[in-house]
Amino acid sequence: MTTTLDPGATPAPTEASPTGPIDPQRRRRRVRPGKVLGWICMIALLLITLFPFYWMLRTALSTNALLASQADNLLPAGFTLDGFRRVFGLVTLEDSLAQGGAGGRINFWLYLRNSVIVATSITVGQVFFSAMAAYAFARLRWPGRNTVFAVFLSALMVPGIFTAIPNFVLIKELGLLNTFPGLVLPTLLMTPFAIFFLRQFFLGIPFELEEAAMLDGASRARTFLRIILPMSGAPITTLAVLTYIAAWNEYFWPLLVGQSENVRVLTVALGIFRSQTPQGSPDWSGLMAATLVAALPIVILFLALGKRIVNSIGFSGIK
Amino acid sequence: MATPVLTGRPRRPEPTSAPPRRRGVWRRTDLRTAMIFLIPATVGFVVFYLLPTIRGVYFSFTDYPVLAPPTWVGLDNYERLVNDPLFWNALVVTLYYVAINIIVQTVLAIGVAVLMQRLTRSILVRGAILLPYFIANVIVALVWFFMLDVQLGVVNVLLERFGMDPQAFFGNPALALPTIALINVWRHLGYTALLLFAGMQMISPQLYEAAALDGASPWRQFRSITMPLLRPVLALVLVVTVTGSFQIFDTVAVTTGGGPINATRVIYLYIYDLAFEQLDFGYASALSVVLFLILLVVALVQLRLLRAGESDEA
Repeated sequence: MTTTLDPGATPAPTEASPTGPIDPQRRRRRVRPGKVLGWICMIALLLITLFPFYWMLRTALSTNALLASQADNLLPAGFTLDGFRRVFGLVTLEDSLAQGGAGGRINFWLYLRNSVIVATSITVGQVFFSAMAAYAFARLRWPGRNTVFAVFLSALMVPGIFTAIPNFVLIKELGLLNTFPGLVLPTLLMTPFAIFFLRQFFLGIPFELEEAAMLDGASRARTFLRIILPMSGAPITTLAVLTYIAAWNEYFWPLLVGQSENVRVLTVALGIFRSQTPQGSPDWSGLMAATLVAALPIVILFLALGKRIVNSIGFSGIK
Repeated sequence: MATPVLTGRPRRPEPTSAPPRRRGVWRRTDLRTAMIFLIPATVGFVVFYLLPTIRGVYFSFTDYPVLAPPTWVGLDNYERLVNDPLFWNALVVTLYYVAINIIVQTVLAIGVAVLMQRLTRSILVRGAILLPYFIANVIVALVWFFMLDVQLGVVNVLLERFGMDPQAFFGNPALALPTIALINVWRHLGYTALLLFAGMQMISPQLYEAAALDGASPWRQFRSITMPLLRPVLALVLVVTVTGSFQIFDTVAVTTGGGPINATRVIYLYIYDLAFEQLDFGYASALSVVLFLILLVVALVQLRLLRAGESDEA
């Protein structure tokens, strides 16, 4: 943060985007009022962006009893870990009620496990199967290739709710309501975006590499697994991260087909938790502790791979 | 190896230019291999996109109370829709939401993109403003629900500090929808700004240098260079964000649930209520067909504008 807060300093080269052009502003070193104003706006923006995250943490560490009287205290009101302990089910029902918690139990570990199962299987399946399709569209020659690709891409236009109703009926007919297959199947095999994303990269790989392997007698499946996939590590990781985050955050589909306790994911559980807390005095510190823990995997993923995600945005959004 | 991930815009490869014409082993085996490689994706496409689309249209012409099989009723659902004040309300509420969300978000995002362009390209700053975009809607909704609470919310405490009355942001029919729209601006601002920033990166720095030599002010540079050259990217970004914001659901479902007095009952939520609360799949399907058509028209109009923008660049 400190380096970026100094208007005169040029950004450290390691921080700049590797392909970003040389900053034309860099030569101008005078401190101008416009720049000062700009930095004030930027800092205000960063504060507004990050404050809710701090507030989650601060509230999670507060006691419900003191939240009302210290609503504007920037520090936790009566520092305690009870909120987190309620979330993890470490307190008895009586203690939970005494702390302003809900009478119902949130089975946090179960929902966490379910979220992990759902997001992981969707990511693995979707990325691998989409990579196979992308390979066929990018590197194999066959009649009708571009037409089929265009048809696949047209699915991008279909709004989620439009397919949600018939898909729900289908999952119900298959007897897969409230099962993991029901939760993951619609996005397990492909999404138009994943195929499009990977196809773009596969097109850029030199054909000579594959050709050499083919001359050595390698099959198509083998070149796909041994050459194309390993060479696409960066885009595949990016896509996997984006897919994982999207699957982890998904609310609508799990709300429809994953209501029962044994497959309920975190997002749905949080929604239920919120609607179950009495209107008079919701368990805010418990709720904020839960949201924080639910957001944590994403934040960690973001911290670990943030640079890659940030740099991929220019690509992924402009489709 | 410079990965294409890092470029601001995807390459537009000409499909025909990709593989050079080959003979022998290549040509003979490709069709069969391609079919094998496409099996999983095709099953996914047909079963979960294509057939549901056809089936959704069929449901819209039926009375389908879920527990009993659908019966054909022709255009009844569409007739009902035209005379359904709740549908028109949902449509108006959604358009109102999209308008606030898109206008505020786009204007702010252009400003933020310019700030990033002129002040810092720090990946830390970009990462920080992008963070909310990756947090689940449900979590975003819950945090703001707490921060905007009438009694305990920190925002209301601040309002009181400045001598204003505390507001029931979600309980007041006039405030509820703008509040939800602004929460989503908070979530998406960084993402939209980064897309525009990526677009601005593609504008040649020499243009700015030349303009500066001619004595053009930063504002003039922005108006005469940045905005015209950004138009194609801006149009594309709008296609993505407008169609996305038409499908607002999570935030409303978690905060107001459509209230107060239907002030936030957006079309997506109305369809959800009809289908999964009232178990009226036929009518809900008719509504989703209409939503589909609206989105199609929006996208086509925007793509037309986009093409107009592209010719501008050449």
